[in-house]
Amino acid sequence: MVQNIIDVKNLSKSFDISLKEPGLKGTIKHFFRRQTKSLKVIKDISFEIKQGEIVGFLGANGAGKTTILKMLCGLIYPSEGSILVSGYLPFRRKENFLKNITLIMGQKQQLIWDLPPIESFYLNASIYDLDKFEAKKRIKKLSEMLEIDEELFIPVRKLSLGQRMKSELLAALIHEPNILFLDEPTLGLDINAQRNLREFLQKYNKETNATICLTSHYMKDITSLCKRVICVHEGAISYDGKLELLLKKLSPVKEILIVCRSEEDAIKLENSGFTVKNKIKNEITIKIENNSITSSLKTILNNFDIVDLFINEPPIDEVIGKILIKKDYDI
Amino acid sequence: MNLRKYLKVYKKFLHTSLASELEYKTNILIDLITAILSLVGSIFLLSIFFQNNGYIGGWKFEQALIIQAIYTILNGITNTWFNPNLTEIVKHIREGTLDFVLLKPIDSQFFISLKKINPSGFLEIMLGFLLLSFCIRINQINLNLSFLTLSFITISCSICILYSLWFFISTTTIWFVKTWNAIEVLRSFLYIGRFPLNSFSFSLRIFFSVFIPIAFITTIPSEVFLGLSVVWKILLEVIVATVFLITSRKFWLFALKFYSSASS
Repeated sequence: MVQNIIDVKNLSKSFDISLKEPGLKGTIKHFFRRQTKSLKVIKDISFEIKQGEIVGFLGANGAGKTTILKMLCGLIYPSEGSILVSGYLPFRRKENFLKNITLIMGQKQQLIWDLPPIESFYLNASIYDLDKFEAKKRIKKLSEMLEIDEELFIPVRKLSLGQRMKSELLAALIHEPNILFLDEPTLGLDINAQRNLREFLQKYNKETNATICLTSHYMKDITSLCKRVICVHEGAISYDGKLELLLKKLSPVKEILIVCRSEEDAIKLENSGFTVKNKIKNEITIKIENNSITSSLKTILNNFDIVDLFINEPPIDEVIGKILIKKDYDI
Repeated sequence: MNLRKYLKVYKKFLHTSLASELEYKTNILIDLITAILSLVGSIFLLSIFFQNNGYIGGWKFEQALIIQAIYTILNGITNTWFNPNLTEIVKHIREGTLDFVLLKPIDSQFFISLKKINPSGFLEIMLGFLLLSFCIRINQINLNLSFLTLSFITISCSICILYSLWFFISTTTIWFVKTWNAIEVLRSFLYIGRFPLNSFSFSLRIFFSVFIPIAFITTIPSEVFLGLSVVWKILLEVIVATVFLITSRKFWLFALKFYSSASS
């Protein structure tokens, strides 16, 4: 049986935030007498993650995804509840725990700006107590996986965003961590760079059986990497389970564009009892429920003169968008 | 604490920050010229104070030069280590890059206090030592083991006090986010350290000894050089330095519990 590597029970986090009224009067009042309010950003959440799982955290901006990740890696103290990551209390930041994890943030960088990435890699290697030979070996292996070569010797400030992100990944993985926390790793990257990064993460997970916790607003990251998602809505978990099930629930029908031999065939099909979305000459778009798609297609192909047909998945962004605004999913 | 590892990491810090700084040759050159001009300007200012009266607070110009030399060494240390690192703490906290430091298996205070160096500060340290050796000659100071030991102890304590004060202020950024002004005030107080403590009024002497112990930083080491120091003062400086160092450490660890990281 695969062990739980992350165990979260009844976790809550509150922050004190200061309130300011608009205008000059508000500013002066705010300067002399600051009003604060305690805001509960994470509300009594519980979940477990198994070794080797890739879990996506979904939610709107400010839902609490990053706060959860930061509590998991020990950067923020929880207000209530308990967290165990790899058997450690993260916020104690014990050396062995830190050697086991890494945090990659798409919008922040740790590489030394004026120097080539290779210098930052060797610095990190010394912090993680790796000897030069071992560090060299790991840099070679990871740079091959990430397909970076010459970039290692070019100052960071001269690298493109994609090359920089790859270098950030290498710097964050040089100690071969067992748990990866990724906060919007593909932010700002072009489509190819995003795809390369996803492929690398898949490969890394397969080769090392590392656990990956990921937040991203790019749905392609979630759909191609995560089998399981945890949806966060206003600090609470609204769904925790298979992505596939969630998508089925949110999008129970598929749209099928059918090209008939003639317009008469299309009219015949229109009147045959299927839910029609639209019809243009000999092309007709119908909606079929996911669970009856095979039988319905069989009926259509047997009874009508069909030239071509296309099955359209509903746009994933549109489907996932529903998650961001809904509080609860009973699946 | 694994000393070998920390030495290895510090060697890497030196290497990377030197390499980073050497990327900008003109900047280094300007810093070097500034260091020389600043020392010349300070000595000139000091000589003006002594022009009409041969003594200030019971100190001759040649003796006051020792304070200037120690101040120059300390200012060099400030510019080499404290300034590039401790001012970065504010940036780390504001931008949330402290996250990367806290997630490294290394002491976070060590990392943020020593990661960078500014090589131009070395020149200031060198100039300070040159001025100090000149002062030793003109004041006919006898160099012996006890003198060297006491000088080393008092200067080390001065460095610790200065570091702790600066680090303490920078740490408050965790709550107040912006503390540039407090650091600027501290630097302004440091300029006062160029003058003998006796040259100030009684109330100011108490202020600079008790509330902001700038007096300890330059005056006590200088008194050691001139053979004017008494044991209790040296002991007091050691105690103050130890208390400051321990307090700044504990304060940092306490403050980290309130670190909320920057939003993404």
